[in-house]
Amino acid sequence: MRESHRRAQPHRRAQARARVRARVRAGRRSGRSPTAPPRSFVWTRRVVLSLLAVFAAVPVYAMLTSSLKPLEDVTGQFRWWPSELTIRPYIDIWHTVPLARYFLNSIIVAGAATGLSVAIAIVSAYAVSRYRFRGRRLFTVTVLSTQMFPGILFLLPLFLIYVNIGNATGIALYGSRGGLILTYLTFSLPFSIWMLVGYFDSIPRGLDEAARVDGCGPIGALLRVIVPAATPGIVAVAIYAFMTAWSEVLFASVMTNDTTRTLAVGLRGYATQNDVYWNQVMAASLVVSVPVVAGFLLLQRYLVAGLTAGAVK
Amino acid sequence: MITAVRPDRRGRSGAGGGAPAAPGGAPGPGGRRRRTLDRLRRGGLPYLFLLPALVMELLVHIVPMLVGIAMSFKELTRFFISDWSGAPWAGLDNYRFVVDVNRPVGAALLQSFGITCAFTVLAVGLCWLLGAAAAILMQDPFRGRGGLRALFLTPYALPVYASVIIWAFMFQHDNGLVNHVLHDQLGLTDQPSFWLIGDNSFAALVIVSVWRTWPFAFLILMAGLQTIPRELYEASAIDGAGVWRQIRHITMPSLLPVNQVLVLVLFLWTFNDFNVPYVLFGRSAPSAGDLISVHIYQASFVTWNFGTGSAMSVLLLAFLLVVTGLYLPLTSRTRRRRGHDARVS
Amino acid sequence: MRRLRIASATVAATTVLLATATLTACGGGTPTTAGGAPGNDKPTTLTYWASNQGSSLEDDKRVLAPELRKFEQQTGIKVNLEVIGWPDLLNRILAATSSGQGPDVLNIGNTWSASLQATGALLPFDDAAFAKIGGKERFVASALGSTGAAGKPPAAVPIYSLAYGLYYNKQRFKEAGITKPPATWAELVAAGKKLTGDGKYGLAIEGANNAENAHHAFVFAKQHGADFFDAAGKARLDSPQAVEAVKQYVGFMANDKIAAPGNAEYAQNESIGDLAKGKAAMLLWQAAGRQLKARGMKPDEYGVAPVPVQSGAPGQGANVNSMVAGINIAVFKNTRNLDGALKFVRFMTSDAEQKVLNSTFGALPPVVSAQQDPAFNTPELAVLRGALATSAAPLPQVPDESQFEELIGTAMKDLFADAAAGRPITTETVRKRLSEAQQQMPK
Repeated sequence: MRESHRRAQPHRRAQARARVRARVRAGRRSGRSPTAPPRSFVWTRRVVLSLLAVFAAVPVYAMLTSSLKPLEDVTGQFRWWPSELTIRPYIDIWHTVPLARYFLNSIIVAGAATGLSVAIAIVSAYAVSRYRFRGRRLFTVTVLSTQMFPGILFLLPLFLIYVNIGNATGIALYGSRGGLILTYLTFSLPFSIWMLVGYFDSIPRGLDEAARVDGCGPIGALLRVIVPAATPGIVAVAIYAFMTAWSEVLFASVMTNDTTRTLAVGLRGYATQNDVYWNQVMAASLVVSVPVVAGFLLLQRYLVAGLTAGAVK
Repeated sequence: MITAVRPDRRGRSGAGGGAPAAPGGAPGPGGRRRRTLDRLRRGGLPYLFLLPALVMELLVHIVPMLVGIAMSFKELTRFFISDWSGAPWAGLDNYRFVVDVNRPVGAALLQSFGITCAFTVLAVGLCWLLGAAAAILMQDPFRGRGGLRALFLTPYALPVYASVIIWAFMFQHDNGLVNHVLHDQLGLTDQPSFWLIGDNSFAALVIVSVWRTWPFAFLILMAGLQTIPRELYEASAIDGAGVWRQIRHITMPSLLPVNQVLVLVLFLWTFNDFNVPYVLFGRSAPSAGDLISVHIYQASFVTWNFGTGSAMSVLLLAFLLVVTGLYLPLTSRTRRRRGHDARVS
Repeated sequence: MRRLRIASATVAATTVLLATATLTACGGGTPTTAGGAPGNDKPTTLTYWASNQGSSLEDDKRVLAPELRKFEQQTGIKVNLEVIGWPDLLNRILAATSSGQGPDVLNIGNTWSASLQATGALLPFDDAAFAKIGGKERFVASALGSTGAAGKPPAAVPIYSLAYGLYYNKQRFKEAGITKPPATWAELVAAGKKLTGDGKYGLAIEGANNAENAHHAFVFAKQHGADFFDAAGKARLDSPQAVEAVKQYVGFMANDKIAAPGNAEYAQNESIGDLAKGKAAMLLWQAAGRQLKARGMKPDEYGVAPVPVQSGAPGQGANVNSMVAGINIAVFKNTRNLDGALKFVRFMTSDAEQKVLNSTFGALPPVVSAQQDPAFNTPELAVLRGALATSAAPLPQVPDESQFEELIGTAMKDLFADAAAGRPITTETVRKRLSEAQQQMPK
């Protein structure tokens, strides 16, 4: 629609360009860029973004400094600049709780849940986006409604189902990483499907129909045409699915044991019966977050482009 | 993700979406049978594609949900927890118990519900506001934009436990950063305030929730902005519109479809959020910060009475269904109208 | 379209099947042992859920591992240990109870005994079971009083015992000219007032910790002649005596002003830190010695005295000055290695193990013969042992005990929050909070 709107007025646009050019020239003379936003906007931008930056940064800063203080200092009066710096917390974190194992568990669980969730979401979204069939609407609505039941309440039924499956088939879902992967992939599935349907819809149907004419089956068209075209959207969904699994506390606290515990729960181990090792909590949180933040920033470019394609159409 | 809500406009592109032409379409005695088979195969294909998702959803969401609903009709206290089938049916007793606002349980639930609504509206509103402000102000390149973007996204990438515990640490009465700044350094308060207990706990909850979630809104809106064609801005600049008018007349209307989904998702997440209040306050939240999810947890897990907890959850589910059911058609209509206006003007 | 119908029918059938399977067939435990009766078909391994007793979960593992190896050498049974933090332990037990899929042996907070007993998930220690672990007489009577409802076989046996003592900072006492620790609350308040000033306070209180609050409420109520549960197990949280009791305790902050308002949000043992730093001069705590040491306070810097009473000397009845605190060890009813589990309980409660474990964890052995060991004769532990022997009472052994702790603890947390905000704490305000708590108790 915007296309046609634009095409309909070539004349006006040409005129407009000429006017902008004229103003650019005028601006050069007066020493101010004409396309630069007005002063009020620049100042608003400076003030608002500075405030937001402070809001975002202060807790991160507090985390960083606290992680470098001895425990007595952390529990004492807060100071902006620590009187004594130590890297001991960064050494101790590995002994107070088996952080490395938790980290590995989290990576495995979140990684596998993400991979599977994205794969399943892709096929489902493909079906919803490219096929007309009965129950299509019912499916999307049901998927949406699963986001409305408070998680705390299906914790116990789910646990029972896993135990019963285990008893009946010998597949250990409870206490295993597998059960957690299954749980988390389902947590992120609804929103992932939702989002991917949007992305897929934005890919012209002509593309995959052409592939079908060239002899691709439906799966071929999906893999060769749609998936590459929707890569950014898929990355976006993957990041979302990963963060869902990475952060979940409640289900992990009941469904894992010592060997399969994930970070989200494991970090609580620094608050023990006797003491809260604030400095170690902070240090450990930072250490485990660094790879995530890094990956996040690396993928950010895709994410931005991807959400664009999917969310808006 | 819009599909669920948008009236389908693709119907005309043909049912099935299958192969453009039936292979071996020569009419003959065997042809008809083959066609039927083909049609069947094609008709079944989308269901096959949905099967994995369906199985997973059934296993992890839907069946537990149905069990949860069944639980709400049972008297599932600790005496029966080890043998659910032996728990007596309670009929509507659990519901009667939790909605009786003249008794403390019902009154507490109602209060918790009210607090959750207020919290959700505030938190979602602020998340959206901050996200939109940051996204719009960072639309044009300027020095340091990349760094700022990285900083803004960091809170979303921290595990929930880490990001809540740092706030709990900063909100401490005696040694926390917040009181250090407000009381010691700025002298804004006569006395150091309590943030984790008492009435301020509501504010603390909103702050933590917004801090954690607004980057998500920022991200989505930032992405949404990039689809707005540059030409729209150029054209309006030429018509003499300033930045502020452009934001009002181009940016905001163009963001409507993104907003529709974003606000709904934020709403559902925030309303049901368990992790933030649980990590911030522990098992028993102060009454000003008593969100419904922790309230239900307290009512079922801490006291081991799953019947009433389930009844509360079912009521919550019904409420969210109604809200979503009203929200989607309403916003879709506004969206279409406003979106249309934006393009015409 | 036929396929569609088949598909939806399959889906519906699966749903119904799964749902009914979950609702009806669960809780039955393992398929090999019908009806959840204990069995012995897995005689060589045991799973043990230990509670967090040391400074971290890993620390606990380091302490327990060599002991479990000893057990394996003696019996050939391998014990799979999992140490579970307190925030998760009850939920894990709950999940285990509802599914029948749990450990063989587990630690429980002793105040949970009656609640868990009511679920039927724990093996009752009848005479036969006691005979297998060395007899009932081996255990300290007061500790055994906190293992389940009266008149029923205990649901667990005690493994670590604790009691409350009054910890005080000797230096601060000397500075304030106080020569002996207070023995009555009036003396404590008087001393507290002398010790309060210059940003320092007389008493540290863990005001936002539900369990601590509930324990103190129980003791103060006893001293005012009230019980929160009557003989029939019916709760009465808001009796006039209970109101006075709670008011007295919260009043230390609200009316006597001997505790810092900031204590109202303490829930993570901050008060121990306050005592160690001298910010507060007194603290009521169970076996704080090890934690004080971890915070840099040496044993000769603090004294331990019996928790004060209203008047007279600690004893029973209105002179109770501590709850019976501690950890119990229980056998999960669905165990598939019953004999092994009982052997393990016997091992863990043997004199030798009791000495090792309790001295490491800074607790007292609930086993009479082990308690005589000189390791438990420190000035600190002697006071706690005295309390356990003569003046401690078990929390009510009723199924609703956990609700009671949660509700009254929360009510007191709210009262402390009010006190900290400067709102008055009167008989009326306390009664209002307690009545609300009362009305939320199950009928």
